[in-house]
Amino acid sequence: MTKVSMTVNGKAVSGEVEGRTLLSTFLRDGLGLTGTHVGCDTSQCGACVVHVDGRAVKSCTIFAADVAGATVKTIEGMANPDGSLSTLQQAFQDNHGLQCGFCTPGMVMASAAFLAENPTPTEAEVRHGLEGNICRCTGYHNIVKAVLQASGQDVSKIAAE
Amino acid sequence: MPKDGGIGASVKRREDVRFLTGKGRYTDDINIRGQLYAFFLRSDVAHGKLKAVHTAAAAAMPGVVQVFTAADFAAVGGIPCGWQVTDRFGKVMQEPKHPVLADGKVRHVGDPIAMVVAETLDQARDAAEAIDVEIDELPPVLNMKDALKDGAPKVHDELTSNLCYDWGFVEENREAVAKAFEGAAHHITLELRNNRLIANPMEPRVAVGDYEDHSGMHTLYTTSQNPHVIRLLMGAFVLGIPESKLRVVAPDVGGGFGSKIYHYAEEAAVTFAAKMLKRPVKWTCSRSEAFISDAQGRDHLTKMELALDKDHNFLAIRTETHANMGAYLSTFAPSIPTWLHGTLMAGNYKTPLIYVNVKAVFTNTVPVDAYRGAGRPEATYQLERIIDLAARQLGVDPIELRRKNFITPDQFPYQTPVAVVYDTGNYQATMDKLLELSDHAGFAKRLEESKKRGKLRGFGIAHYIEACGIAPSNLVGQLGARAGLYESATVRVNATGSITVFTGSHSHGQGHETSFAQVISEMIGIDSAQVEIVHGDTSNTPMGMGTYGSRSLAVGGSAMVKATNKIINKAKKIAAHLLEASEADIELKDGKFTVAGTDKSKTWVDITLAAYVPHNYPLESLEPGLEETAFYDPSNFTYPAGAYGCEVEVDPETGKVTILAFTAADDFGNVVNPMIVEGQVHGGLAQGIGQALLENCVFDENGQLLSGSFMDYAMPRADDLPFYKVDHSCVTPCTHNPLGVKGCGEAGAIGSPPAVVNAVIDALQRGGHTHVTHIDMPVSPARVWAAINNR
Amino acid sequence: MHNFDFVKPSTIADAVKALKAEGAQALSGGQTLVASMKQRLAAPATLVSLTGIAEMKGVCLGDGGLHVGGATPHADVAREAARHYPALAALAGGIGDPQVRNRGTLGGSIANDDPAACYPAGVLGSGATVVTDRRRIAADDFFQGLFTTALHAGEIVTSVVFPIPQAAAYEKFDQPASRFALTGVFVAKYADGVRVAVTGAGGDGVFRWTEAERALSANFSASAIAGLSVDPSGLIHDLHGTPEYRANLVKVLTARAVQAAG
Repeated sequence: MTKVSMTVNGKAVSGEVEGRTLLSTFLRDGLGLTGTHVGCDTSQCGACVVHVDGRAVKSCTIFAADVAGATVKTIEGMANPDGSLSTLQQAFQDNHGLQCGFCTPGMVMASAAFLAENPTPTEAEVRHGLEGNICRCTGYHNIVKAVLQASGQDVSKIAAE
Repeated sequence: MPKDGGIGASVKRREDVRFLTGKGRYTDDINIRGQLYAFFLRSDVAHGKLKAVHTAAAAAMPGVVQVFTAADFAAVGGIPCGWQVTDRFGKVMQEPKHPVLADGKVRHVGDPIAMVVAETLDQARDAAEAIDVEIDELPPVLNMKDALKDGAPKVHDELTSNLCYDWGFVEENREAVAKAFEGAAHHITLELRNNRLIANPMEPRVAVGDYEDHSGMHTLYTTSQNPHVIRLLMGAFVLGIPESKLRVVAPDVGGGFGSKIYHYAEEAAVTFAAKMLKRPVKWTCSRSEAFISDAQGRDHLTKMELALDKDHNFLAIRTETHANMGAYLSTFAPSIPTWLHGTLMAGNYKTPLIYVNVKAVFTNTVPVDAYRGAGRPEATYQLERIIDLAARQLGVDPIELRRKNFITPDQFPYQTPVAVVYDTGNYQATMDKLLELSDHAGFAKRLEESKKRGKLRGFGIAHYIEACGIAPSNLVGQLGARAGLYESATVRVNATGSITVFTGSHSHGQGHETSFAQVISEMIGIDSAQVEIVHGDTSNTPMGMGTYGSRSLAVGGSAMVKATNKIINKAKKIAAHLLEASEADIELKDGKFTVAGTDKSKTWVDITLAAYVPHNYPLESLEPGLEETAFYDPSNFTYPAGAYGCEVEVDPETGKVTILAFTAADDFGNVVNPMIVEGQVHGGLAQGIGQALLENCVFDENGQLLSGSFMDYAMPRADDLPFYKVDHSCVTPCTHNPLGVKGCGEAGAIGSPPAVVNAVIDALQRGGHTHVTHIDMPVSPARVWAAINNR
Repeated sequence: MHNFDFVKPSTIADAVKALKAEGAQALSGGQTLVASMKQRLAAPATLVSLTGIAEMKGVCLGDGGLHVGGATPHADVAREAARHYPALAALAGGIGDPQVRNRGTLGGSIANDDPAACYPAGVLGSGATVVTDRRRIAADDFFQGLFTTALHAGEIVTSVVFPIPQAAAYEKFDQPASRFALTGVFVAKYADGVRVAVTGAGGDGVFRWTEAERALSANFSASAIAGLSVDPSGLIHDLHGTPEYRANLVKVLTARAVQAAG
């Protein structure tokens, strides 16, 4: 066991990990941040996406020890400081961009990183940008709408409102 | 103006806030002090004699508390099957034993052989590697038709063959159907496969068993769509625990799609181990493990025949299906290819004679059970594919052929030749709506535009009907169900007017916390924020059957309405007393009780307070309190229907199919929350399109799962799909439930596969590849290319 | 997965030293290795992370072409190579998904040499030079079959030098589940001829379609390969496509890459 320290959602944290301890495991079991979900074991589903030093990554495919010293942001750190939903989170609720909620943390984290790089995306760019996140409930329609709305674009014309 | 609350309003979901902030509480988020971790060692061969399982070395490994094998479960029951089908000769199905852990034989890759319980998951897994399993491999049974041949190896030695049942429906029609085909002007035949699918809800299964030594209370936290059903099956049939000593909790559940209906061995194993070890035991399924242990869906091989007269009226339908059961009978498996499939073979059409034959077959594969739609997608696919083929062979418009044979609005209630009675519907209307929304008239122009780019464009249509809101208990009992299929609700009005509803339905994405509250809000006239919906815990909800088959609002919602009506009736009595008026004169509107024709009134809170602080109260005739329970058992299924249209483009060089547009015009009866209903359709469409184009569960000749992870099992992603156009403005309310609702959860997955395949065939035909009349799902690029090139 | 010791050196020299330990293995982005460790298909005793070595990161023009550090994530190549070598940037920007691209690296990809990975096509198609901690290896010598390269045990890909072509394009046909290449073709036109590298199709991994190279060197247009065909024997057969289908894709994608390269 070795000790790792990092900054998670703005707070300095540390804990004992094995070499094999994944970042997702450290967040969930070590820090009790269970908003980060694990939906597969082949780095495909994206339920575990968090930000490490500002980049979206799959936390189930990174060892906690490898990100020692890094700045990590999880779904628990995404709301506004007053606890209200951020623009992106609110767009997911407004557009019914989630159903069972299990893929949602990863979707939100992936979308946030995507919008940071591409603030006014097209529909096709949003769809391509969410390639690393699988949702089984929504058929993606309302997720894509939510991301477009969060980018400040008018989604009222999109079919099946 | 759209409403902002109550029935018919697109109220934003209250549950979203916790899910969007990482505060959802899923089963894997539950950790109990002192908990141990379970790991299941599973068979890596499809079929074999299990000679010995040597566990001593594993048991001595660090952290290992106990290693369980079949011998440890000798005194408990096997995993039960909840439905008994009677075959066409009047005999009950062959029902094999299904031990918690493999006993004597392993029967599919993934069959659990041993459970290691250790202090950490890694220790449990390390120890599992030290278990020495001696297996004599046997030839696997994989091909359903070969499995039924004389001398085929048997999956279950104690059965007479691999045939579970040979079911005929309606058996009495068999001869008449044969005769109709003999005399028919046209006889169309199509052989097709409904590809095996894996449900893959994004949350893998999890089970945590807990036991309180001082009270003898067992608790199972599990990822279930129906905790009461799990309590009944596991308590009564497997572990012998009375319901009063067993609590089953299904907290936030990350999707189900059918795969979380069933009682699984792992649930029983951790519950059993928790009591034996006096410590909580947690099992979390990995995705790789889910691929070989969650019940899978579909897998039908069908020969479909349609007879038409010279004027193209449908005369008769005959089908012969081989349905794969897998290695064991999962909870509802026998009912899927029979009562949820054969009864829908009439579709939306007035075909007078139908005969459905289904042979259910055991194979050395993962068990198969309901997956979104369950039986109804298979029926719809067969029917809507053969109608398209018939239209092509007869040289008529597939839309007109459907219209000609539709059951007409004046024919309802309509008795089909396959037992069910449709209450309402208007299929011409949904077809009209579809053609309008999909701009069918503009297709020819779009076709030319595609041609210019060297692409083949096609338009495919399908009309579906489904039977949902399952269903009358006395009827399903006659059909072999070993359970009732009612639903329940307790409506508890609290002293200061807020309401807590305890429902037997279970939400795992459907948004009941929001939509159920809308119904109560509408009925009583209070803000829906005052209404809390509680579900998923057998210790506080009345015995209910859970959520599947698009039944929650139609059956569970009806129970809630029934209980709420009891509440209102009692509240009116209290109001009448307080207002010194006759009960018959009391009116409830917007949360206020008024004496008709006067300005005398009492608020909702006046009444609820009086019920719990009964100082001025008719105690001699009325009990205090305001809490009612109702059980609702529907008198019929509900019959949503709709017309689906798919427009595709095919790249003839690569065979790749792109969905350009998908339109769904549904009749769901009345709708409580349009936003949620549309979301349900979107999700169903993605799964149906996934089945049609991408998803395929494939075993190799040794019974190894080739599509064993998301690396090979293609889940639809955002860039595989378009924005959909969905509409539910064609409304024929259900006539036999109080809300007039029909259910919307499965429609998308039922109607879309044939629409997609019809569109692809249409594109190829229009592109000059007239030899291609059918491609089995998934219509992958490689298959399309091979079909075009006759390879 | 099995446990291991984790070390994270900050220089190439320290990494090479650490990799000399018994059972040591290099960890780059981990986008393939971690999944195989979860399946217990790989079980190193020591894992040597290369993600903290600054000298192995970055994209810059230099002798012989574009130098890409072995530990540079795909997303960085997609962004930073776009001005210099757009076809390579586009290839990097189409690998996996955004999260994989933020983590996976060039060195990790080619050292693993998955037969369906994109980078081997870019490296072979560019006639690039693989630079390791101890030598320079020509692309033609580097890839030696399925998951097999010229690398010795403990040898680290520190950078790859890509000669910049006059025109190039990568056409990838996605395997629908993994989003690896069901088949991918990288075409690059240099002054001394055209190179065509194919990934996802070959039973022995990435390969050059030399017939097409000859035809395209004479006439760099899609029509130049119209009369050619690819022999399906030896191509991959799996759930997603037959050898015949892949042979067809090789030709179709080559033509499209030539068109896209202009």
